[in-house]
Amino acid sequence: MSEQLKGQSVNGSTDQDRPLLEIRDLAITFSTPEGPVNAVRNARLTVMPGETVAIVGESGSGKSTTALAAIGLLPGNGKVTGGTIVFDGEDITHASEKRIIELRGSSIGMVPQDPMSNLNPVWKIGFQVKETLKANGLAGNNSKERVAQVLADAGLPNAAVRAGQYPHEFSGGMRQRALIAIGLACGPRLLIADEPTSALDVTVQQQILDHLDTMTSELGTAVLLITHDLGLAAERAEKIVVMYKGQVVEAGPALDILRNPRHPYTQRLVAAAPSLASKRLQSQPTEVAEDLNAVVKAEHPTVGEDILQIKDLTKVFKIRRGLGRSDDFTAVDNVSFSVKKGTTTAIVGESGSGKSTVAQMVLSLLKPTSGSITFDGQDMTGRNERELFKFRRRVQPIFQDPYGSLDPMYSIYRTIEEPLRIHGIGDAKSRQHRVRELLEHVSMPSSTMHRFPNELSGGQRQRIAIARALALQPEVMICDEAVSALDVLVQAQILNLLNKLQEELNLTYLFITHDLAVVRQIADDVCVMQHGRIVEHSTADEVFNNPQSEYTRNLLQAIPGATLLL
Amino acid sequence: MFTMKRILQLIPVFFGATLLVYFLVFATPGDPIAALSGGKPMAPAVEASLRAQYNLDQPFWVQYFLYLKNLVTFDLGQTFSGQAVSDVIARAMPVTARLAIMALAIEAIFGVIFGVFAGLKKGKLFDSTVLVASLLVIAVPTFVLGFVLQFVVGVKLAWAKPTVSSGAPWGDLILPAVVLGLVSLAYVIRLTRTSIIENKSADYVRTATAKGLSRRRVVVVHILRNSLIPVVTFLGADLGSLMGGAIVTEGIFNVPGVGNLLYQAILKGESATVVAVVSVLVLVFVIANLVVDLLYAWLDPRIRLV
Repeated sequence: MSEQLKGQSVNGSTDQDRPLLEIRDLAITFSTPEGPVNAVRNARLTVMPGETVAIVGESGSGKSTTALAAIGLLPGNGKVTGGTIVFDGEDITHASEKRIIELRGSSIGMVPQDPMSNLNPVWKIGFQVKETLKANGLAGNNSKERVAQVLADAGLPNAAVRAGQYPHEFSGGMRQRALIAIGLACGPRLLIADEPTSALDVTVQQQILDHLDTMTSELGTAVLLITHDLGLAAERAEKIVVMYKGQVVEAGPALDILRNPRHPYTQRLVAAAPSLASKRLQSQPTEVAEDLNAVVKAEHPTVGEDILQIKDLTKVFKIRRGLGRSDDFTAVDNVSFSVKKGTTTAIVGESGSGKSTVAQMVLSLLKPTSGSITFDGQDMTGRNERELFKFRRRVQPIFQDPYGSLDPMYSIYRTIEEPLRIHGIGDAKSRQHRVRELLEHVSMPSSTMHRFPNELSGGQRQRIAIARALALQPEVMICDEAVSALDVLVQAQILNLLNKLQEELNLTYLFITHDLAVVRQIADDVCVMQHGRIVEHSTADEVFNNPQSEYTRNLLQAIPGATLLL
Repeated sequence: MFTMKRILQLIPVFFGATLLVYFLVFATPGDPIAALSGGKPMAPAVEASLRAQYNLDQPFWVQYFLYLKNLVTFDLGQTFSGQAVSDVIARAMPVTARLAIMALAIEAIFGVIFGVFAGLKKGKLFDSTVLVASLLVIAVPTFVLGFVLQFVVGVKLAWAKPTVSSGAPWGDLILPAVVLGLVSLAYVIRLTRTSIIENKSADYVRTATAKGLSRRRVVVVHILRNSLIPVVTFLGADLGSLMGGAIVTEGIFNVPGVGNLLYQAILKGESATVVAVVSVLVLVFVIANLVVDLLYAWLDPRIRLV
């Protein structure tokens, strides 16, 4: 994006030296049944006209809360308890409801995080754009044309027709374009973009952010970008503000922060940022480890042998069209690959590429339409319940959402002990011993066993999920987006843990993810999937250094921060 | 297409309902002819001819099929006093329909208004008052509520007639309609309130606010319409219960409606009348549900009718 363009923004009357938004010593308190919680303390940041400033932090750091306070959108139990918010020279900290409504839309726009939930499902897209224009007195006489224009500007193809459709008829990327159209419809001076693309696939994310950049620089709009992704912040913003536990810990020019982080938290954040430069975490079993595993290996395939072979795997779903008619949808199309014992194979792809369907079939949770899955020399398709039961003991899953995959009514002990009990392993005493051991494996204190999932953080829960998966001493672990729901630092910890366990227990991982940066850190082999097919299958080094397919190259380019040189 | 399919579904529903009700009346202990004569002995010849007249001497299946056969020719049979059942229903149905529609209007209008304000002011005095009051209404049986209102409003204050005069004009039906709709009103209030509370913290409501819309527009356009979806379902299903469940209310206020008719027919064991009335009620129920489904699809475009 061009600096000159930003400098000569079209806001004639604006004093270019005066900050557009200035937040000073802001404190925000939430009243909860357990008493007041100070969500934000002493937050300060400045946005100059036409400038892009990113607030970076993990979930719960107060980054969204700070930004939302500027536009009077704190949830009902939240209150500004100190400091000032000055917009274009006017103190709006305690402005009247009427004044705030005047500012919203026309002076300060917003693009929210989740495109799936931020459009009202019962109104047409065009209606939702039009009411924005109307509320700010910009609808004019040809409101229909104006709406189409606004949508087309946001990069929505065939805008006039699409304006007549409902949100559920739009894809995630299209919805986000509609939301960007709404946010920028009335030409605001400041746009608050709250994680505008974190719910989208990486290539769509890039397109949308590029378009947002172009639009805001043409309009001279300043952007307050909220993100958890340091790479993305550095790529898109001139200035970065790092927030941690409700406080601003560091602020400055983007590249400075990336190159010379001063605060310990920022240093950890930079170190953990999964950028392309990172290498495979060391996990190959060493000579010593192999000796230790000699006994195990006598009964099981040794390192290097294929433990899992997938051949011509196909899954066709019937999509109902009503009245008994249905269309075939091929989710997985003739997929073949194999996984070597003790290594990690990653399946990468965007949403809808069929990668999770493959994982479900490998886990025998879904019946393939055709093709075979061979585990340890045995074809697993068409096996009976008893054989599957034995198979399940050797192949265990870890799922994406540690909030949804642990039963909230089960104590941690019961959660980890359950698979042992189901498979009739040991007595109560030996099982308790084993649970202790497993908790130790995932670096959790054994006192955790008496607690419940809601008392644990996301990262801790994922450790419990891993402990549960390990309980039966499986040979293969299927990790379906196992780190995608976690903050960067926690993600790094879990990836390290998985590597350590692979080394210690000679585990084989099938790692399903949309995140190429994660793949770089954990995978030995990579399958890239698109539209149900494998478009590239090679070693991780090959895929990253010498991608063969056009699609893989696009994916690699779209990783935020890919072009940054550190 | 969808409407057609639903109307075709009426056929098995109709047969099932009539068969079931016919059987229930048949299996009810007590002899209808004996009841007819007031339990006094009757000449065997008279009794036999009465039995033959109402097919009561035939086995169950024959009775049912004879009934169906007459039904095809729109002959719903006769009551024991010799009136055509179709005439009796035609007199009672409009009265009950008026009563039910008034009750529905009362619960829809006041239920939504109270529910919306309670939901928007969650935890405030108004909300708590409405919650307690609605709980009270749900807890007190209709016959208690009915008699209390009849006595206070009808007799003591004399704001309305305590009983309904013949012909059941609209004005006379206001008090019975309030009594009939009161319990459902309480449910509508609570349902609307919960739905509003859930929707007002939705992401799209925040986005609507961020666009610069006025508070009023956010509430009416973005919170209200989405919140009404479950309420409409409830109201539609309730219309059926209001038509059939007016027995107590009609009894208290002496309303010459379907409820009264049904009650008398059950007492007398008049299967022809009971089955006919229930069949009409089933029809009303199914049509009300069809209307709800169509309304539902109109309110929520994500729902496709197949």
